[in-house]
Amino acid sequence: MILVTVGMQLAFDRLIRAMDELAPTLDMPVVAQTGKGTYQARNIRTLESIPPSEFDEMIRETRLIVAHAGIGTVLTAQKFGKPILLFPRRAALGEHRNDHQLATVGQLRGRPGVIVVEDEADLAAGVAQGLAIDVIAEQTVPRRDQLRQALHTFIVSGDLAG
Amino acid sequence: MTKVLAAASAGGHWEQMMLLRPTLEQFQVHFATTLADLPKRAGITDATILPDCNQDQVFNSLRCLMAAAALVLRFRPDVVISTGAAPGFFCILAGRLIGARTLWIDSVANAEKLSMCGKLSRYFSSHCVTQWEHLAQDGRPAYIGNLL
Repeated sequence: MILVTVGMQLAFDRLIRAMDELAPTLDMPVVAQTGKGTYQARNIRTLESIPPSEFDEMIRETRLIVAHAGIGTVLTAQKFGKPILLFPRRAALGEHRNDHQLATVGQLRGRPGVIVVEDEADLAAGVAQGLAIDVIAEQTVPRRDQLRQALHTFIVSGDLAG
Repeated sequence: MTKVLAAASAGGHWEQMMLLRPTLEQFQVHFATTLADLPKRAGITDATILPDCNQDQVFNSLRCLMAAAALVLRFRPDVVISTGAAPGFFCILAGRLIGARTLWIDSVANAEKLSMCGKLSRYFSSHCVTQWEHLAQDGRPAYIGNLL
């Protein structure tokens, strides 16, 4: 199964439509969480929202997550070790207040298990690439450990640097 | 043991807080969020659920501020941490009033500029950090790492 998710806050019909159009060429079901979108999909199952614990169940059965570049979605994919294709929202198309999702994909590009697609025309190739991912290499994130260490120092001493 | 209140709204804010969980659980931590299903999913049984709000909702914001203040008065934290958004900021405000040291961690989603609560935290929180080096400014906000 491929799980498409665009978060709870804003519609992202451009991605839902593109995945709906791609679905007949894929030999597995596609399920999409659409948020406040209004596009009527023909080829895929859509749900406006999915409760977090149910979402976890679905992710376990998912081969590939296709999503907006939301932080919650990215971190959830990491937690479950699932490949994720990120399709960032664009402020110019009214899909978000600003282009922070471009900064998010800029930082994640090249990470194991992460595919970035910025244009609908490249979506089919990106999905094929995502479905070909078998095992995601173990990754260390030094900047994350740095923040954890600084937090520990802050809780103990009230200062940010040790 | 140091008492830490860790407050984060549903979504990416909460997921970022969960990445800090191993550090937080070295202390007596209490979690607060805006959606009951989230702590349940993480196996946290005693979290506080705050009413959600944003800056456009006056009534909801007041309700949330009262709930945050009640939580802080009850739990009496030594430290308050938030990864956003407004409900976490209210916990930091209430924490400061009882003398807790507080840390605002602006969400990694804010790559272009600090969030509105992040900007307020530069003045109202003991410390304020951004997760993007290019947004750091003389330690207010400071940069101490990035969770992504």
